[in-house]
Amino acid sequence: MNPDRPRESKSLVTHYLSYLSLAVYLASFLCYAWILYAPQALLGRLASVLLAGGIVLQYFALLERSRWIHTVPYNDLFGSMSLFAWLLGVTYLGLEFFHGERTVGAFVTLLLLVWLTLLHLLAPLEVPPAPPARGPLFAFHVTLNTWAYAAFALSFVLSMIYLAQDRVLHSRRLGTPFWRFPALDVLDRMARSSVYVGLAALSAGVVMGLIWQHRLSGTYSLGDPKVIITIAILAAYGAYLKLSRSANWRGVRAARLCVCNFVVVLFSYTIVNLYFTRFHRFF
Amino acid sequence: MATPSHAGPARVARIQIALVGCNHRTAPVEFRERVAFTPQQALAAADELRRQGMLEEAVVISTCNRSELYGVPADSGVDASQAMESFFTSFHNIPAAELNGRLYRRSDADAVRHLFRVAAGLDSMMLGEAEILGQLRTAYSQALDHGATGPVLNRAFQGALEVGKRIRAETEVGARPMSVALAGVKLAERVFGNLKGHFALILGAGSVAEQVVEHLRNRGIGALRVANRSFDRAADLARRMGGEAVAWDSLESVMGLPDIIVTSVGTTEAVLTRTMLERAISARSGRPVFVVDLGVPRNVAPDAAGLYNLYLYNIDDLGVIVEQNKKAREQEIPRAEALIEDHVAKFEAWRAALEATSIVDDLRDRFHKHRELLIREKLAEMPEVSPEERARIAHITEELIERVLEHPTEKLRHGRGLRGRLAAIEALRHLFGLDEGKD
Repeated sequence: MNPDRPRESKSLVTHYLSYLSLAVYLASFLCYAWILYAPQALLGRLASVLLAGGIVLQYFALLERSRWIHTVPYNDLFGSMSLFAWLLGVTYLGLEFFHGERTVGAFVTLLLLVWLTLLHLLAPLEVPPAPPARGPLFAFHVTLNTWAYAAFALSFVLSMIYLAQDRVLHSRRLGTPFWRFPALDVLDRMARSSVYVGLAALSAGVVMGLIWQHRLSGTYSLGDPKVIITIAILAAYGAYLKLSRSANWRGVRAARLCVCNFVVVLFSYTIVNLYFTRFHRFF
Repeated sequence: MATPSHAGPARVARIQIALVGCNHRTAPVEFRERVAFTPQQALAAADELRRQGMLEEAVVISTCNRSELYGVPADSGVDASQAMESFFTSFHNIPAAELNGRLYRRSDADAVRHLFRVAAGLDSMMLGEAEILGQLRTAYSQALDHGATGPVLNRAFQGALEVGKRIRAETEVGARPMSVALAGVKLAERVFGNLKGHFALILGAGSVAEQVVEHLRNRGIGALRVANRSFDRAADLARRMGGEAVAWDSLESVMGLPDIIVTSVGTTEAVLTRTMLERAISARSGRPVFVVDLGVPRNVAPDAAGLYNLYLYNIDDLGVIVEQNKKAREQEIPRAEALIEDHVAKFEAWRAALEATSIVDDLRDRFHKHRELLIREKLAEMPEVSPEERARIAHITEELIERVLEHPTEKLRHGRGLRGRLAAIEALRHLFGLDEGKD
């Protein structure tokens, strides 16, 4: 019996499911974009259903990967970025349901599409060899932190739309999309909800990471640049939540702060991971 | 001799729709108000037209911008629009000399197209206005409940309501605000979203302020306060709109409450200064304030425009937005017209299918009558033919008619191209003289 056969077949399933989820996300994006142009309740519901369908398909693709490597996909570029995209989709769908607002869907699904297309083009899709076993606590740590980054990415998108919308309102040049976009108040509430999700996930993820590390080595490595910048991110988003309800920061300034915070997240996710930290270098 | 009867029940022959009416483009308001129908008059007119046998189905639409009479003529071979026009003028006692081209007439696809354009708001004074769809629905429902409509007008009006809804949903024709008052309220929605639970303060009690209050109320504004130099006028507007009047002197004390401030006060000095608005925003913990300044001269000090979290629009800003919206709506006309053509084609296809059935039945009738006449004449000269042979001849000739009709029936019902089918129906009518009265 050829020992490579199961791996090949798993890889094939992941391939198919990944491409299929990409196609469903594309269909969802088209529906979301169409309702921006010509709102139709039924099409809006279809867009949400398609997004949910894409999420389910991507979940099974990730599940196949996870079964092969016996943990959440974090040790290869395709797997970890795919997990990020999936959590972004899940968070957005949750916010859409909670706030009853679909007009942001076109932007989020576009982001998902671009992200996943680049992944398919640039990152190897093959399932990597299984990494050393690190246990469920570590898996939760990785998943929660990725979820936090996805939620922060969503708050970034919402804040960017807020700033654009505010700019249009002040410029008085109101094109067609302006009348279809969500109100500033809705964008503000959605961005805050997203940050709440991100903060909760990041706090839990950091705690789990620290516990896992302590169990493994008996230390906490609080001086590691990755830990320091993560605590800085927690503080920055905490400040955002506090300031976004204060008289001098509420509105545009808070949205700008949210955008800046995400730049720090990107810095942590890329530069710090690759060049500064002793761990968190998985690929 | 036993021959089957083909007289049958009354069938649909040529399906016509006729329209006579006037609107804001063809007639001035002085004329339109003379030819307006009250709802009772509209139903009475429909009854009268049907009682006289002029129309089988009738619906009257009467709004401030139009009076139109839609009907399905009882006699398909006659142009009913002239008779409808005479009825229209005599109903309102308008001498024919006064018409002077103010009434228009349309028939068949043109009448249906006109109805669909009316429903879409393309024929309205304010392009894409929403009210006309409601007025159309009411007029049709009343006629339907009264029994004045039939299958043809039911189909046409249901199609009109559908196309009206679709155009508003799928195009920008009805999407953007076209009045200064509505533009102000819609802009406030861009900041606050749903206005339920929000607070509005209206300064001034003039007609424009009243329009804004009406729009705010329609959008379920949470609380409404009105302040005016004349407290009585403020109290009057507040009472009518379900708000609360505020004394002009105590204005500063309530400034920290409203999310939306609308000013329309006749004054030469600014009513709201930068300091007042600064204090108001501060009292609201920095929550945004949306101000619509409809006053000329402006009621809000211009230097307030730069305040953080203040969204300030004056009458010129709103005028520019309304103008942009008007252009955007106009740009959507071709898309709306394309949707209308789609629906007109659907209606025409339905009409053609119905007419095809009708014309085949008419032809069959005609052939059977000729056949009966011929057999009777010829067999009278042949007494030697037995009853069995006569029955056989009758059967064979009947089968011959069915075979002859089989191919045209198929072509008329399922042939390709609506235009070709309608042309074939017209040709058959003409060739066999089917419009020249039923024999």
